[in-house]
Amino acid sequence: MCTYQTATLDVSGSGKGADGWFPVTRASVYFDHPVHAPAEHTLNVDLLNPDRGAGARVAVELDAASARALATAIIAMLESAPPGLVEESLRT
Amino acid sequence: MSDAMRAETVRITGHGGDEIEAYLAEPLDGPGSGGVVVIHHMPGYDAATKEITRKFAAHGYLAICPNLYSREAPGASPDDAAAAARANGGVPDDRLVGDVAGAIEHLKSLPLSNGKFATIGYCSGGRQSFLAACSLPLDAAVDCYGAFIVGSPPEGMPLKVGPIVHLAKDLSGPLLGLFGAEDQHPSPEQVAELAAELDKYEKVHDFHTYEGAGHAFFAVDRPSYRPEAANDGWRRIWDFFGRYLAS
Repeated sequence: MCTYQTATLDVSGSGKGADGWFPVTRASVYFDHPVHAPAEHTLNVDLLNPDRGAGARVAVELDAASARALATAIIAMLESAPPGLVEESLRT
Repeated sequence: MSDAMRAETVRITGHGGDEIEAYLAEPLDGPGSGGVVVIHHMPGYDAATKEITRKFAAHGYLAICPNLYSREAPGASPDDAAAAARANGGVPDDRLVGDVAGAIEHLKSLPLSNGKFATIGYCSGGRQSFLAACSLPLDAAVDCYGAFIVGSPPEGMPLKVGPIVHLAKDLSGPLLGLFGAEDQHPSPEQVAELAAELDKYEKVHDFHTYEGAGHAFFAVDRPSYRPEAANDGWRRIWDFFGRYLAS
């Protein structure tokens, strides 16, 4: 099925796409048909810079278990960073 | 009549006078032909949809697939364009109708056109095929597992898609519906609700729901492909268009 459901959010950082590194400003997250992964549905993340055109995109399509593991690992790394480091990075 | 055909990218005038990209496939000779507007699925104006467009030409129809994401992502690869369109909230319904109307005008201008037109759409395009058939004068339409004709999408989702079952009274031609029994979008109950609404207004429709098939059973490049359902579905499509688009 096409779930249609999509979370979109502002992000700040950089991504590496087909033409090298670029600033990423938006993200879309959705569980829907993949383009390439061999599954009916995957958790898809697009890191985008709409000002630079549709091709300014870093895309991943992960099976649900991988996506959960990755999300858990991201949160764990942020929470285990040395005290003050995350707060400091958000000030710069 | 030979089996020669031409398939190529063309520019057409879409909604609001915008120039958009489309993929046209046409027989090179033969008797007058009906025209089919192929409405691509949510993953976009991709190689699989172009293959479907050529399939209609191989069966003697003038076929055109407008790139519904032309405006968001001109010249982008289909997957990037689909991602951009999704991030922007999808294709507005009025724009879809305008783009399909533009595609029909293009088909009308072709020398082999017999003046009869239909739409067919898959996935999100199934809903849009129904929408077009309720908004434009068409001779036939096919809805392949279109979600959210009946029922609303989940709360908080940014896509501009709402239920359109109330348009059933305006359906302009016969509707063929092909669905999977294991699909939840649309669910068999939603398909039954659409059928009941069409019955209420005495609209000609022919719905088939295949056991053992879910969503996207026509998609030969995806794990959802179900050959038995797809083959029977194609047989019904050729029969349906043979009845309603013939000269």
